[in-house]
Amino acid sequence: MIRELLRRPEALLGGLLLLLIAGAALLAPVLSPGDPLAIAGRPLVRPFTDPAFPLGTDGLGRDLLAGVIHGVRTSAAIGLAAALVAVLAGMLVGTAAGFAGGLVDEALMRVVDAFQIVPGFLLALAFVSVTGPSLAVVAIAIALGAWTGPARLSRSRVLALREADFVAAARVMGMHPAEIALRQVMPLALPPVLAVTAVIVAGAILTESALSFLGLGDPNAVTWGGMIAEGRNQLRSAAYLSIIPGIALVLTVISIYLVGEALTDVLAGKRQS
Amino acid sequence: MTLLDARGLAKTYPGERRIRALDDVSLSIAAGETLGLIGPSGCGKSTLARVLARLATPDAGSVRLDGLDWLALSGAGLRHARRRLQMVFQDPAAAFHPRATAGGAVADALRIHRLVPRRDRPEAAAALLRQVGLSPDLARRPVATLSGGQRQRVAIARAIAPRPRLLVLDEAVSALDASVRARVLDLLVRLQAELGLAYLFIGHDLAVVRAVSHRIAVMDAGQIIETGPAEALLSDPGSPLLRRLIAAVPALHRKDPPV
Repeated sequence: MIRELLRRPEALLGGLLLLLIAGAALLAPVLSPGDPLAIAGRPLVRPFTDPAFPLGTDGLGRDLLAGVIHGVRTSAAIGLAAALVAVLAGMLVGTAAGFAGGLVDEALMRVVDAFQIVPGFLLALAFVSVTGPSLAVVAIAIALGAWTGPARLSRSRVLALREADFVAAARVMGMHPAEIALRQVMPLALPPVLAVTAVIVAGAILTESALSFLGLGDPNAVTWGGMIAEGRNQLRSAAYLSIIPGIALVLTVISIYLVGEALTDVLAGKRQS
Repeated sequence: MTLLDARGLAKTYPGERRIRALDDVSLSIAAGETLGLIGPSGCGKSTLARVLARLATPDAGSVRLDGLDWLALSGAGLRHARRRLQMVFQDPAAAFHPRATAGGAVADALRIHRLVPRRDRPEAAAALLRQVGLSPDLARRPVATLSGGQRQRVAIARAIAPRPRLLVLDEAVSALDASVRARVLDLLVRLQAELGLAYLFIGHDLAVVRAVSHRIAVMDAGQIIETGPAEALLSDPGSPLLRRLIAAVPALHRKDPPV
């Protein structure tokens, strides 16, 4: 599968970018030690003018490069955590609905409908403004809008699987229905869900940035959305303050999309034409 | 001693054509006996198997199994009682989880009914594989990598693991090659003698059903139209269907039995 991925130029490009970004996230304490929110030098140093601050400094004299590098960690943590919660919750609900069938299925899928009707961003906004921002809350808030996709995908897969002979065999053996659903059937519903996980991660990173832009992100973490929002005040005099974290955000999301799309194609067994 | 006694089973599948899959079906199986069930495809054999295995619910009728009101059981009570009746399916490729290993599938059956302490389970699973004529070395192999005959042997090992009284064999040898089929039939006969198992042996090939059955029931359009001891029934068939089935087996309508 990996080899098949490497044969696609868009996957290769996205993968390389993603490696770079992941490297920055992992090596952040080495690449730019210290608190990225601390004042490091003169304010408003332009990018590419001072070797000490390759990307310049903001209005308070904070190192922009440090902010971008540490911002990766926030984005990655939130994106992955939100996707994990969304996939886990979605698969549990979808499997339960598909396996139980009947009234349980109807009820659970109407809940899925209800969540799908409300825009995910509004849900996240409402949840964070009620509970107050912290990384965990933001991740759950984003997952609230993202779990319906995995729920639908796993339900349709489970609906097909539950008629399989091996499920009948497990029932005849006397296996508990919960074990059949969770241990036998649910893992087989994972591949189609995994294929959309990358898109969920990318969406979660965007949503987190939007929340931070509105001032609803974790105030103790550096976030790209927060950096863009702060730079907004000096957009005419120092546009780079918003543009640089903006570019980081766009590159991250695009690279995840590229890899995710290629992964979906490979998992679906489509041939590259 | 009667092990299974089914009375007046009926099941109609909903839908436009309202197919009566089971229409007042009654049958009984004694302990240690093989009842062969034969009939054309679509006659309701598999529905009967699924009803008896509690995979489908009949519209009417009652079943006593080993002294239990079998259709009244539910939930945990049913799961515990299920060890009395196990089933072997037609397609051994579909009857296992795609990632199951031979030893794991058998060990699962032992775990569910808590018959063997956890640390003895691999040993017991290997012993069961040996009992069905497989090398215990196959225990770690994924079932998907085994041959059809080996898979069906694993399915039989899994079915006898909880020490059942009755095995429902739903076309269990129909998907196998002739030579493999003969050896699996030998295995079934041997296991019956060793374990005192009763079989409900469902098939559409009279030669195969006759080879293992003590009694035979003939089914058509959801009804059991004829039932009796195997040899008596075959020498004096009452129904046109059974006569047709006998005529379809080249060796069976000869007057002098082959030596």
